[in-house]
Amino acid sequence: MDLVTPGIGLVFWTTIIFLTLLIVLGKVAWKPINNAIKKRSQSIEDALNQAEIAREEMKKLQADNEKIMDEARAERDKMLKEAREIKEQIVAQAKSEAEKAAAKVMAEAEQKRDAMMVAAMADIKNQVLDLSIAVAEKVVRKQISTTPDQEMLVNDLVKEIKFN
Amino acid sequence: MKKYVWFLLSLCVLLTFAMPVCAQEAEAQPQDTAKQIEESDEIAQNIAEPTEDAQPEAAKEEKFDVTSLIMGHIKDSHVWHILDYTKEENGVEVEVPVAVPLPVIVFANGHLDLIYLANDKGGLTFQNGEATEAMEFHESLEYLEANANAEIANEKPLDFSITKNVASMMLVSIILLIVFISFAKAYKKNPGRPKGMQAFLEPVFLYVRDDVIYPNLGEKTDKFLPYLMTVFFFILFNNILGLIPFFPGNANVTGNIAVTMVLAIFTFLMINLNGNKDYWHHTFWMPGVPVFVKPILAVVELMGIIVKPVALMIRLFANISAGHIIILSLVSLIFIFQTIAVAPVSVIFVLFMDCLEMLVAFLQAYIFTMLSAVFISLAVAEHKHE
Repeated sequence: MDLVTPGIGLVFWTTIIFLTLLIVLGKVAWKPINNAIKKRSQSIEDALNQAEIAREEMKKLQADNEKIMDEARAERDKMLKEAREIKEQIVAQAKSEAEKAAAKVMAEAEQKRDAMMVAAMADIKNQVLDLSIAVAEKVVRKQISTTPDQEMLVNDLVKEIKFN
Repeated sequence: MKKYVWFLLSLCVLLTFAMPVCAQEAEAQPQDTAKQIEESDEIAQNIAEPTEDAQPEAAKEEKFDVTSLIMGHIKDSHVWHILDYTKEENGVEVEVPVAVPLPVIVFANGHLDLIYLANDKGGLTFQNGEATEAMEFHESLEYLEANANAEIANEKPLDFSITKNVASMMLVSIILLIVFISFAKAYKKNPGRPKGMQAFLEPVFLYVRDDVIYPNLGEKTDKFLPYLMTVFFFILFNNILGLIPFFPGNANVTGNIAVTMVLAIFTFLMINLNGNKDYWHHTFWMPGVPVFVKPILAVVELMGIIVKPVALMIRLFANISAGHIIILSLVSLIFIFQTIAVAPVSVIFVLFMDCLEMLVAFLQAYIFTMLSAVFISLAVAEHKHE
């Protein structure tokens, strides 16, 4: 029975000790510890949130970069394509112009040749004419005695002239 | 890991050999506790025939009295007994107890007496002139004024002594203050990542706050945190100190009904002083039930108000006392069988029980705190229904 009968002295001392502990520890330990832990977890939470925001921004920046890069790449491709087209155009143009020029040169050459040929022919004709006149002159001067001879001569001459 | 196993094994061996030594010490205890006299007529008898004491003691050496040994430990004491040793004096072996003298404070005859215990020549006698032979080593202190017929003349005084339990509690308070003040200071110096002691205590603190108090009290956690934390660590440290088998420990503080009663009363006050309108409304006039049931429920609820702290009180007291009793019984086996062969078995069982008691130390502190939090939360809860 003694075991389950609380003694007054122990009740008294327990009360005093426990109350002292409660007041002292409450003031100097539990509250400061709790506040310090709360403050720290708050700061950790803030830091995490900020990190999250920074990550989001980072992602956005990366996306932007990607976009810019894509644009730049497209631009480059476009420019290259254009350059190629221009090159081809220029080459084609140059080719056609060259062909044109060549044709023109050829035509001119042909014209010149024709003209020269005509001139040469004319010249030859003139010379033949002169020659025949000279021949005729000689013939005339030398042997106009016989008509058959004359005729033979003229026919021969004419035969000779007819070369064209 | 291997190192710890070796350490434990060597500890076992050491304890096995140490046990016979302890046995002799423990054997001495029944002699002290045999002197425990609870009933006043027994005291009177002792005063009348002080010589009779010696004979039963000698007889008891043969028959080991487990009950008085264990009960002597479980109950409070006016001395803090450390050990006994025997020494020869005039050819007779005398048991010399080594104990810390504790001040005895009694309130009797309308005035407070402070009597110091002295520890000279092994016997502990009150230096106050009024002390008598029978008060020597007396467990349930009686402030005696025996008359010529060896009858007690005065009433039983109020005992406000600094007993073993009180001294142990004071020691625990000092430890708690040192530990937690330095713990709190660590945050000023080092508000970031916890280090050392701080890193050890913080998880415990956070566990109690986040897993014991917060789930019950929610928003009101901060208001009740100091009380519940104090309760938790007070019980925990007392439990653990009680498990240390030698001097500064081994007091059965939380296994004393007076201590648990005070703690339960504090919880009772915390519940009922903080109880809101809803709580009292639910207690005296339960809403939502037929009118004729309301008075019945009021009676039940009123009983509940009392039963809740009483359950807290008995649970802690019984659990811790039981642990101490089991461990002491296991050690006593050696003396009951009077053979050293039992010692290894005892040691292994005691080791096992000590581990279990460590768990119980935490568990009981947890349960007390948890239930206090639950009861307080029931009293301060705001009911949204109705």
